[in-house]
Amino acid sequence: MQEQLNQILEDARAQLEGAKTAGETDEVRVRFLGKKGRLTEILRGMGKLSPEDRKTTGQMANQVRNEIEGLLADRFAAVKAAEKEAQFAREKIDVTEPGKARTLGVKHPLNITMDEISRVFRNMGYSIVEGPEVETVFNNFDALNAGPNHPARDMTDTFYISDDVLLRTQTSPVQIRTLLSAKPPIKVISPGRVFRCDTPDATHSPMFHQVEGLLVDEGVTMADLKGTLDSFAKQLFGTSTRTKFRPHHFPFTEPSAEMDVSCFKCGGKGCRVCKGSGWIEILGCGMVHPSVLEVGGLDTEKYTGFAFGLGVERVAMLKYGVDDIRLFYENDMRFINQFK
Amino acid sequence: MLVPMEWLNDYIDPGVSVDEFCDRMIMSGSNLETCEEFGTEIENVVVGRIEKIEPHPDADKLVICRMDVGEDELLQIVTGAPNVFEGALVPVALHKSRIPGPLHGQPKQEGGVKITKGKLRGVESFGMLCSCGELGFEDKVVPVAHRDGIWILDEDQVPGTQLTDALGLKQHVVDFEITPNRPDCLAMVGMAREASATFGQPFDYPDTKMEKEDGKGEAADHVSVEIKNPESCKRYVARVVTDIKVEQSPWWLQKRLMYAGMRPINNIVDITNFVMLEYGQPIHAFDIRQVKGGKIVVENASAGEVFTTLDETERTLSGDMLMIKDGERSIAVAGVMGGLNSEIEADTSTIIVESANFAGDSVRRTAKSLGLRTEASARFEKGIDPNLCADAADRVCRLIEMVGAGKVCPGRVDVYPTPEAARTIDVRVDRINHVLGIELSREEMVAMLEGLEIQVAGEGNVMTVTAPTVRQDLLIEEDYVEEIARMYGYDRLPVTMPRSNNEVTIPYGWELRDLARNTLCALGLNEIQTYSFVSPASVDRIRIGEDSWERAFVKLINPLGEENSVMRTVLTPNMLETLARNYARNIEEAAAFEIGNTFMASELNADHLPDEDYALCIGLYGGEQDFFTLKGIICEMLKVLGIREPIFTAESEYGPYHPGRCARISAAASEQMKAAGVETEELGIMGEIHPDVAEEFGLDGVRVYCCEIMFSAIMRKADTEVVYTPLPKFPAVTRDIALLVDEELEVGRIEEIIRSKGGEILEDVRLFDVYRGKQVDEGKKSVAFALVYRDREKTLTDEEVTAVHEDVLAALKDNLNAVLREI
Repeated sequence: MQEQLNQILEDARAQLEGAKTAGETDEVRVRFLGKKGRLTEILRGMGKLSPEDRKTTGQMANQVRNEIEGLLADRFAAVKAAEKEAQFAREKIDVTEPGKARTLGVKHPLNITMDEISRVFRNMGYSIVEGPEVETVFNNFDALNAGPNHPARDMTDTFYISDDVLLRTQTSPVQIRTLLSAKPPIKVISPGRVFRCDTPDATHSPMFHQVEGLLVDEGVTMADLKGTLDSFAKQLFGTSTRTKFRPHHFPFTEPSAEMDVSCFKCGGKGCRVCKGSGWIEILGCGMVHPSVLEVGGLDTEKYTGFAFGLGVERVAMLKYGVDDIRLFYENDMRFINQFK
Repeated sequence: MLVPMEWLNDYIDPGVSVDEFCDRMIMSGSNLETCEEFGTEIENVVVGRIEKIEPHPDADKLVICRMDVGEDELLQIVTGAPNVFEGALVPVALHKSRIPGPLHGQPKQEGGVKITKGKLRGVESFGMLCSCGELGFEDKVVPVAHRDGIWILDEDQVPGTQLTDALGLKQHVVDFEITPNRPDCLAMVGMAREASATFGQPFDYPDTKMEKEDGKGEAADHVSVEIKNPESCKRYVARVVTDIKVEQSPWWLQKRLMYAGMRPINNIVDITNFVMLEYGQPIHAFDIRQVKGGKIVVENASAGEVFTTLDETERTLSGDMLMIKDGERSIAVAGVMGGLNSEIEADTSTIIVESANFAGDSVRRTAKSLGLRTEASARFEKGIDPNLCADAADRVCRLIEMVGAGKVCPGRVDVYPTPEAARTIDVRVDRINHVLGIELSREEMVAMLEGLEIQVAGEGNVMTVTAPTVRQDLLIEEDYVEEIARMYGYDRLPVTMPRSNNEVTIPYGWELRDLARNTLCALGLNEIQTYSFVSPASVDRIRIGEDSWERAFVKLINPLGEENSVMRTVLTPNMLETLARNYARNIEEAAAFEIGNTFMASELNADHLPDEDYALCIGLYGGEQDFFTLKGIICEMLKVLGIREPIFTAESEYGPYHPGRCARISAAASEQMKAAGVETEELGIMGEIHPDVAEEFGLDGVRVYCCEIMFSAIMRKADTEVVYTPLPKFPAVTRDIALLVDEELEVGRIEEIIRSKGGEILEDVRLFDVYRGKQVDEGKKSVAFALVYRDREKTLTDEEVTAVHEDVLAALKDNLNAVLREI
């Protein structure tokens, strides 16, 4: 009996070694452990044995069954692993083939720039306000302290709809709208379109975008203006950016300034972008002129403020190295796609 | 404002390098346009004297000059210049020299032009005789005397001297940007004052003290002045110079004008120009023979009067133009231009020097209506201090005397009805410090102000300041805040952050537009930006009807051109132009959108501006894109904006679109509006662009899809609040049906019936197939829907579903004659 059992074990081992697939392995299982399997037959025949023989033979047979089950498990695992490997080999792909496009659209570069500028100021606590593109002469000039003979009022500079209605030449009239409708502390920016009588060429456009800023409160100083705009420049152009404030003139601010930033191309050494100076003029600003505060009915002894305005196209052209402003309005998809 | 450094040094020596001069002037408020160094490209060019001129054997237009260039031997140079003569002193570019150029008739070269010896028509030439232009001067500053030939130098030059040394050609010219509030800086004296304050160095005023004053008689013996219109003429100073000799100005004077951008003409004209640049005060000179009775009368023109100005143009005058007249007739347009009838001529012997102050408004009006803006009128328009008149007149006379161009009569005739007084106001030390965020002492401030010739009186916190009358910009305390700030230096002001704190608010419309923009980009569309102004024909091009609202344009009075003359009422034409441009550039596929303002004319006045509303326009062409691509994009975007069940209604009448492929987009009206009888609110329109419109834009051969949606309507309907619905706990039952219906029947109508009958337990209806062809009769179509039933409270039994489902099918049959078909 012992020999018979050993033979069964040896046969099972040999057959399992020849089994190449899960199916073949299972066939082996059936042949030995199935209902009519060789080992099953032996176990079934044990009833005819004496109680002593039954005990020893039972023990031996169970041992053989355990061994065969172990062998089966090993074989199943090995066969499955081999099948996986074959599958992986079959399913290997060329990963350098192009991806299937799920294209994201792109915002217009001017809006990307305007969004970035707005984000910086929103993070500094500025609200956003909007004003109309068709404005009154009062809001665009009179209330902003531009005298009746200010050259910007000329028909050669400003588009008029009627004697007292025009296309705004700056976002500054939003300062007036805000001062007339809000109480200090006022802390707003206003992005938008503006218009001037310029024939389009590489650096001029009859329509362009500005972002206006206005802060009015008690005790606002010119040092605050410097701090705010210096921080803005560092956030927009990078932390190593330096700023320079130069005296300038605007009718609605006094003192007035222009702010230069250190050239972000060369870092200030001088290059083509900054025309060798190391500095790039980026915005106009100043302390709000008292006559403007008075339009809003504010006590100019108590309240002071600052205002600034910057050209979005200029910033975008500098940031992206765009050398022709007309590209922004041509909307060639190959141009826009570059700003992803 | 061109400031030649050599000229500025006549008044002040800043004592620093040019670079430092520029940097510090910028920081004190005089912004720089450019700083150019002249003469650096002139090398090995010397003064030469033409000793002998011989004809060229083989060329009629060339001559051979034998030149004394300070060497033992004469140098042979061939030239074609017409104005050479024996004895003339001229610039000679020797063999191996360099001149700035450009050479006659050639473009300007970077770094100049190298000159070497060569042969001209077989005759050796050892260099070149140079014109002013070839030595780097712009055409417009070349002296009249040798405009068309070689530069003929003054007689006192020595042959062989380096030209740059002999003439002092090497110098910097700084171009300052003068802001409109500082017309006083449009003058050398004004710039000297700024430099003096900036560098803390005193400056010298120009010399106005006559040495001889030996003209015949007193000024008042020759001339009388009457101002009939004192509002327009604040002051008139006249001086008289006799024994005039009109000739070329000395080189020092010519040079100053040339570097400052003006052409030397003759000594009298040059001196009037020189003084204008020096003081900012325009000067005019009359030939006294043409001033009848020696009478100067300042009064308005007679309406319709015809007058010929110095530029030999006849002009018709109006009654509000200020003129200078003599006893009988007009002789100049005041502050604009002199008359041809009183011009200085070669034989002029006595002149009247006019140094007057005309009001900016009057000059501006006159210059504008005559279309004649001159250097003088531009200066009067910006405003000039009337107190300058006397000094400027004296300076003209002093210079005439100095260069020997005439003899000055003692005395001036000065009519000055209301002398301009200096402005005095009080400014506070603490206020200035408060606004700037600094702590300067009164003494520091006083020193800064006095450097600007501002007188300071009073004591303690209050400074009683009196500005020189040239400083017409110093009116209020804030103006002095700026003076202190720029003298202290903006760069030295501290850097602090404001302490203001407030709530940040973003307009709702802004947020919705942002949301729409982000969604459309995520769906693969590119954003574009187009002009707010368009051509009125733009709506014709998209087949808009005659009396449509799209034609209610806001019109510009002064557009750049017809194509930009009205404000857009719709975005579609610009979108089509953009798509067409891309299509023409062989871009196979495009998907774009614009969110921008549209404008509707209403009663236009300062109290009532046009209605501005944001609109959204989408445009697609190429690829697999079709009507339903666009509809899908619109639905997804509306969903993000909280408009979940937009209604699409076929529209066959709207011009821009294909009559069979166009839909109006609307949303169910609010309860309030429904009560008023309004069922839906229009959001916009979408569809395939009419083939005629596409062709009009050059988009033939491709189907184009567009939509135009009004943002004001979106804003009313949008609801971006999200409320969570619990996930279903019980299973759904899906029943698919296929219906045979008339071709004309819209699937939307079928869905509507299904939904109305499906009741509470109908969770979803999805169209999944539309079939025409085999087994479906002509004129019919088969449409297949999946109906999803679910009860949120329990598991539905087959019987419950069947009951509702049968109702749905019955309704479809009764209402739409839709027959169930085997799938």
